[in-house]
Order: sequence, then structure tokens, then C-alpha cells
Amino acid sequence: MYRYDVIDRTLVAERVAEYRDQTRRFLAGELSEDEFRPLRLRNGLYVQRHAPMLRVAVPYGLLSASQLRALAHIARRYDRGYGHFTTRQNIQFNWIKLEDTPDILAELAEVEMHAIQTSGNCVRNITSDEFAGIAPDEIVDPRALAEILRQWSTFHPEFNWLPRKFKIAISGAREDRAATAFHDIGLYLLRAPNGELGFRVLVGGGMGRTPMVGSVIREFLPWQHMLTYVESILRVYNLHGRRDNIYKARIKILVKALGVQEFARQVEEDFALNLGGVSTITPQELDRVTAHFAPPPYETAPDEALSEHKEPAFRRWIERSVRAHRQQGYRAVVLSLKPTGIAPGDITAEQMERVADWAERYGFGELRVSHEQNLILPDVRVDHLHALWTEAKSAALATPNIGLLTDIVACPGGDFCSLANAKSIPIAEDIQRRFDDLDYLLDIGDINVNISGCMNSCGHHHVGHIGVLGVDKDGEEWYQVSIGGADGSALSRGRSAIGRIIGPSFRASEVPEVVARLVETYVQLREEGERFVDTVARAGLAPFKDNVYRGAVHAHERHPDASERPAAPQARRLEVAT
Amino acid sequence: MNALPAPRVLHKDGRLLDDHWHVLRETEGYDHALPTLLPLATYLREDVSQRLGVWLAPGDDLQRLNERIPALPLIAIDFAKLADGRGYSLATLLRTRLQYLGELRAIGEVLVDQVFMLRRVGFSSFALRADQSIEVARAALTRYSNSYQTAADGELPAFRHRAAVAA
Repeated sequence: MYRYDVIDRTLVAERVAEYRDQTRRFLAGELSEDEFRPLRLRNGLYVQRHAPMLRVAVPYGLLSASQLRALAHIARRYDRGYGHFTTRQNIQFNWIKLEDTPDILAELAEVEMHAIQTSGNCVRNITSDEFAGIAPDEIVDPRALAEILRQWSTFHPEFNWLPRKFKIAISGAREDRAATAFHDIGLYLLRAPNGELGFRVLVGGGMGRTPMVGSVIREFLPWQHMLTYVESILRVYNLHGRRDNIYKARIKILVKALGVQEFARQVEEDFALNLGGVSTITPQELDRVTAHFAPPPYETAPDEALSEHKEPAFRRWIERSVRAHRQQGYRAVVLSLKPTGIAPGDITAEQMERVADWAERYGFGELRVSHEQNLILPDVRVDHLHALWTEAKSAALATPNIGLLTDIVACPGGDFCSLANAKSIPIAEDIQRRFDDLDYLLDIGDINVNISGCMNSCGHHHVGHIGVLGVDKDGEEWYQVSIGGADGSALSRGRSAIGRIIGPSFRASEVPEVVARLVETYVQLREEGERFVDTVARAGLAPFKDNVYRGAVHAHERHPDASERPAAPQARRLEVAT
Repeated sequence: MNALPAPRVLHKDGRLLDDHWHVLRETEGYDHALPTLLPLATYLREDVSQRLGVWLAPGDDLQRLNERIPALPLIAIDFAKLADGRGYSLATLLRTRLQYLGELRAIGEVLVDQVFMLRRVGFSSFALRADQSIEVARAALTRYSNSYQTAADGELPAFRHRAAVAA
């Protein structure tokens, strides 16, 4: 992975000193709350319901064992002994003291980590494929270019006060595992017929209040021009993006208002003047950074199919949690952070330390964070899988549910986040408890369930095959359900689509039953080989909707609003399907 | 009634400037004998004068200023709100595309914590609120030893420095 040189180290150390001084001035009353807020936000510090939350950057989801140990130490010393991995491959600590943050950042700097631009209206952590460099279907390893882009976007002086936050994803495999179509900029690496390396550039995708699939504005951009082209996109956005309405300030709104062609024309006009400038990436720089991502010293390891293994529980884990690897004799292992009853993405300090140990013992000291909020050990020898499984089970990290209904993606929601309209974590748990039969889960098969506690959609509910969104109705928590979203991954058959809302919202207690009825509809209607999302695409919304809203649920079609309070909760309970 | 105390103007080299440019916020009359920064539309109606400069609002179109640029002794860019970052792109374009070489001043909501990035996009002076610490601003001007990317200050991206060291 990328290791800091003196330039990187100095820059992060200077940032710690700057932030320490800003915090000191705030606590001394020299900086007002209004002035300090955007400064602390640019360093990932939010003020939440209970305590400040610190979001630490995990660039494109790559971590070393020593970094994970440092995160464990921070969880234990400054928080309540755990952390939360996010859908942007970062980690959050939810119980931080403001006064401690400069020291935390200093400790992070020692392991080449920081919280720079993990929040605020600037370019955020760049996300990528969690199987980069090891996936058999990879065309180009995106990590070196992701790192070059990370450096360029760090403290870019022109783009630190954008109209709104800005998210970039980069992917280089046949399967798009980085949801590039749902980012402000999506960079999809490919090779031209003559072998030249470049990008397809998408712009204006995103979730939030106005979900949109990104539009292609360049079919092929040679790799050398990545920075100059992104600069031109950001400049057009910075000058012309809306600043009068926070809900219309993302680049997608500008792209839609101008039209894709006109937006692309303005970008190209600026880019023509940028072309060939000093930001043009040199082959020497690409080589320098690529060397940091050289393949580790793989050994010649026996490769055996484990599908016939005598232990059924191990076979099941292999089937769900183990992924193909480019190197013969090796596999990637997904450690599930989704056992029932634990907030999706949460991990304790002890678990972090054990995972760090495994990363060294069963790999080369590296690991990955997936945007589905799980951890990945990228380089495990096939003949070590059983030993790893045994250990992972003892640390509650071997739930064989990867890609299954209980592998729920969820934001921290109303339990922590001050933006949330409704809770997410208890909803995830209730769904997991409802689906406690592993055989049934396996029969249902691959499905994405995503829960967001508000329209900011940190739980990516728009792309969930089943998406659940917390909404506020007259001061009460309600949940809107959508189906048929698709994030562009193989699980979604490579499609990118926004889920469609099935109808009026539900109470929290009803959500598990709604999910059960949706799944039941799928099981009844599915044809050979169809996944849930395929059946929705073929059969449409109607049969799912009919089944969910049958019987007692009809009461929900009259929504409670300011003038109409809901009747007694009992009257609105769903009948349990038999 | 007196408004807020006059801002102090810090130069990017750390000096406090002792100048008397008055920012004309309204379109009422003004004293042609005093150095005055005019709103763009007002400025374009005036004849060229060394006593007249222009201040740009975040949404102003730079192309309207194009031909007058060589004659301008000072351009100010107004930060109507701390979070409105359009001025950073305007400054960049003035320096890199319109070849403006004169003094470029940040006025309005300018925090001492922003002067490093303001300097990088081409500002040469900063009108700081009277209650803000000049010492903090001076420290902020030189906060960072390296920059990953180029900007209107002409600094080379870090990767080109690395290549020079490696060569």
C-alpha cells in the first residue's frame, strides 16, 4: 500500500498543528462557533446527539494491520471501545471529546492516517473497489490513480469551499464494485482498443434527496489528464453550482439544469486551457505510485476446491464469505460485521486487534474496508482458510451472511446522528431477527437491503434491492420502502437504478413484516435462477405492492400529517403472514 | 453612526499595508480624489484612473472586465459569506487565464484560517476583520511547507518536486 514520504508526513503533521491551534482558539473563545464549525468539519468532526463524532479517512478502503491497531487503541483510549465502518470505507468514532481530537489526530499521523476532508463541502475520501489488485476480473488496478487523485484533492486551495460535498469513486474491473454511477464524479478505468489506458468519466450521479444515475461526459479520457480534467469539472461546478439552497447544491442539480451536453461543453472549454499543464500526470509519477501497490510475495500454495469439505458450516462460510483471487492458491475473505444484534459496520477494539493479527498471520499485513461495511482480508492462502475460519468464529466475525438479506447496510441513524429523522440500527436488528433461519436466507439468496435514517442516504437506500428510508411525519418516525434499486455491481446484474417507492410509509414495528412480505412475493414469483432484483425487474412493482398492502395495512394509505394523527398503534399493526 | 472598525490589510509577505482603499458598497456618489474600489458595473462606466479599482461579487462575470485588466491598480474579490468559495475560482482565473499581475485583495468574510489557500489561488492581500489576530494570520500564511497540487501561485505539484529529487 502507499507509504508516506517526507512530503506526506510533513503535510499531515502540519495539519495536526493547525487543527490543534484552531481547537485551542475555539476553546479560548477566540473563534466563534460559526467560524469553527466549517474548520472542524473539514477535519471530520461532527457534533452529534450525544458527543462529537470523528470520522477518520481510510483512503479507497485500504488499511494496514498497524493502522487497524492504532484505530483499536483510539477506540479504547478515547471512545467506548468500538468504531463504526461507513459506506464510504471510512471509520467513525461516536463518543469523542472535542478537547481530545488534536491528540487523536497526532496519534493517527504516526500511522500515516488523518481525518482531512472527511466532511465539509470539499472533495471527500475517494472510494474504490475493495478487491482492487486481487480481483480476477480487473482490467486496471485503480489504486495508484486513486492515490494520485487523493493527493491532488488534499487541500486543493481552489476547491475547499464548494457549493456542497463532493464524492469521487474510481473503479477498474469488469464488475463495478464502487458504484461509480452514484458519485459526483465516477471514473471507470478501461483500455482503448489500442491498449491506451484511460477513463470513462461520469458526472452528476448521487443519492440524497434527488437520486440520479450519473451521465457519461467523456467516453475516453487518457489517464495523464485525470487531474486537469477533474479540475475543470470542479471549476465549472464551483463557479456555477447553486449556493442558495442546500438541497439543490450538488453537482447533479447543475448538470441537470444545464443539460449534460452543455455541462460537458463548459468542462471541455476549460479543459482545453488546462491541457498539458504541470498537473498532467507523468509516467514517472504513475510508476512511482504504482510501485507502492506491487503484488506481495505470494507463495506457491496448493489450490483446492473446498465445496466438498466435510464440515457443512465451513462450506457455507466458504460459499458466502470467500472470494476468488487472481493468484492461484489464494482467496479474499470477507469478515462479516453484520452478526444479528450488532449495528452494521460496528467493530470492537478487541476485534480490530484480532483482525490485525490475522492480516499479518494470514496475509501480508493489509486489509480492506468495503462500502458494504465489512472488512476484507485480501490475501489468504487456501490451506489457511480453515484455521482463519475457526478464529473468526471465536471473534464473532464469521457470520456466513455476506450478500444475504441480513448483510444489511445501514447508517448510524437517529441513535447517533443529529441529521437523522429516524433510527436505522434497531430496524436492521429487527429485520435480522425476523430472518434468523440460515437455510431460508440461503434460499432467498443474494439481495441488498439498505437502510438510511434520512434523505442524506448514507445507508444508500436508493440502490438497495430493498431500501428503507426513515422519514419524519408529524414528529414520529416512519419508514418508506422502495424496491428494485441497483448499485451497478454483479449482485445487481451490472445495472444502476434508483429503487421505486412501493407506497405509503410504515411504522418501525411493521418494517420486518414488510420485508418478509416482499421476500415472500419474490419466492412465489421467481423463475429459475432469478434473484430478488431480477424478479422485481421482470414482474414490476404491482405484485409486491399488492402483497405488502393486503389486509390490515390499508389503513396506511391515509397518511398521518399535521392535521391527521394516526389511530391507535394496534389498529395499524400488520397481520403476520402465515 | 460608525460601522465596524476598519479592517486591517495584511500582505501575503506578512506586512501590514497602510493603504486607504475605500470599498464602495452602494452605488451612491463618491470622492474621485480618494482611492476607491467600485462595484463592477459602476467601475465599467468610469474612465480609467489610478485612483479607481474594482471589487467583484462572487457571481460577477470576469469577461466583462477583460480589456480593463492591464489598467487596474487593484482588484478585490468579495467573500459575501465565509462558505461561498466562488472567489477562489475567480482569483485563479484572473491570475492564470486573464494574466492579471496587480494586487488582488480578499475582502468581506475572510477568516485568518483561510489566508494560506487564498494566497495559493493568487490573492496578494487580505482585509482582515479588526478583531482577528494578525499573528495567527501570519502563522497561517506559512502553515504548510509543501503542496500536493499546483495553483495560481505557480507552485509545482509535489510529484514534480519528487521527480526532481529522484532524478
